[in-house]
Amino acid sequence: MIMSLQPFINEAISPWLKEEGPNNDIVLSTRIRLARNFDKFPFPIIADKEELSPIVQLIQDEYHHQSFDSYQDLEYISMEELQPIEKRVLVEKHLISPNLAEKSINSGVLISKNEQVSVMVNEEDHIRMQLYFPGLQLEKALEQAFTFDDWLEEKIDYAFDEHRGYLTSCPTNVGTGMRASVMMHLPALTLTQKMNKMIPAINQLGLVVRGIYGEGSEALGNIFQISNQVTLGRSEVDIIEDLQSVVKKLIEQEEFARQLLVEQSELRLEDRVFRSYGTLKYSRIIESKETARCLSDLRLGIDVGYIDHLSKTILNELMILTQPGFLQQYAKETLSAKERDIRRASIIRERLKLENG
Amino acid sequence: MECQECHERPATLHLTKMVNGEKLEIHVCEKCAKEKGYISYEEEAYSIHDLLAGLFNFESNISHNQATNKEKRETLTCPKCGMTYRQFTQIGKFGCASCYATFQDHLNPIFRRVHSGNTKHDGKIPKRQGKDLQNKQLVKDYKTKLQQLIENEQFEEAAKVRDKIKALENNDVEGGE
Repeated sequence: MIMSLQPFINEAISPWLKEEGPNNDIVLSTRIRLARNFDKFPFPIIADKEELSPIVQLIQDEYHHQSFDSYQDLEYISMEELQPIEKRVLVEKHLISPNLAEKSINSGVLISKNEQVSVMVNEEDHIRMQLYFPGLQLEKALEQAFTFDDWLEEKIDYAFDEHRGYLTSCPTNVGTGMRASVMMHLPALTLTQKMNKMIPAINQLGLVVRGIYGEGSEALGNIFQISNQVTLGRSEVDIIEDLQSVVKKLIEQEEFARQLLVEQSELRLEDRVFRSYGTLKYSRIIESKETARCLSDLRLGIDVGYIDHLSKTILNELMILTQPGFLQQYAKETLSAKERDIRRASIIRERLKLENG
Repeated sequence: MECQECHERPATLHLTKMVNGEKLEIHVCEKCAKEKGYISYEEEAYSIHDLLAGLFNFESNISHNQATNKEKRETLTCPKCGMTYRQFTQIGKFGCASCYATFQDHLNPIFRRVHSGNTKHDGKIPKRQGKDLQNKQLVKDYKTKLQQLIENEQFEEAAKVRDKIKALENNDVEGGE
């Protein structure tokens, strides 16, 4: 393994995620992604491998081991140097996309030491920078994304058009090139079947709701990602204002639903939380789906005050730690699905024991 | 009904194929359909881009005249990366920045569909490259402000804003020369 890669793949939880963010009982994290391209090179979808090499060269020359603001010691990691499991771990930490993980030559990622910023190079676009913040911090995230973007732009001629904005490979990203997203834990809205009814309404506002873990529309662990669909014709500030107001509404509704659950079926809720806690604490074999469900219950239990000796970040951490890539990274070998279920159960038990002191 | 190829699994796909002008009905299971090439593997991964590509082909009833125009459009080729309009609609992605200018006349309907009716950028302008554009934007903002100040009879303030506009515009001319 490349030495510089170690911190990124050994720790499940990124340093920035350990900080407490606003509304962090419901909002896990905020992300801003900006897509940018060099104006003189063809986009990765059509470019030859050699045509993409000057881009990688420039990124390495100008930004590798550089620092900007609180984003210290940027490290460029080439996709071709990574083992499949290492790539998977980076995907599970959301530092790279599954799409980038499939690439090798002349593709890579620039990651800051605190893992708060990652810049994917030659994914679908030449550059996709992502900035993460704990809790709900859309305004701050946008402000920081803008200054980081300006810093990158000092050395890069972006493909930009007065009328169309930032030019991207896919027409769905043109204009601002921005995708702002908020990751939310919404167990009570899901439990009371309200989430399904709210999703179409949210879609009508030009926003997309999807499960962050799990396949298709299924939201594993009741974790949803809300993001903007439209990137053209609306300013970044307007877009995040819309997103912010929907997220606030969802927080309000989730809080209300939690309150109702506690008032109307306290014993049943408490029973559910502690059963899940028991499962996580004592099971010897556990699938990822059950893990996600139990972790969501546990987190809800912490939030409503049934459990007070566990840290709130436990959901985020164990959600990532129990993904296939991480399990195998820790085991230092390839594991079958069955072996992973055993390994997962033991990691959760150990982690919870640690927490109980 | 059982699969006509393997005679083991039930037929789940019912296809009609034209062979020498004759309609041929095919009843197969998914596995055989793939093996015999009735359906391609790629169809499984029906991505957002396929959906998009579908969105691009929106003309339904085209007159004869329009058909020739369509032919012309399909063969439009980006001088920089070589992507044709047809390819663009098939994969749903641009090949390079110049594609935007090449396919310019045909993009508004696509953007409108994808971006809730919008076709023009409103938002960030590159800080270093976009100096001129930023000035232009600033002039526009000042002019709106100027109008408001005049309407409110705040002439002293208005004069200051007018000077700012002048300064910016002069700068712009110098920059352009």
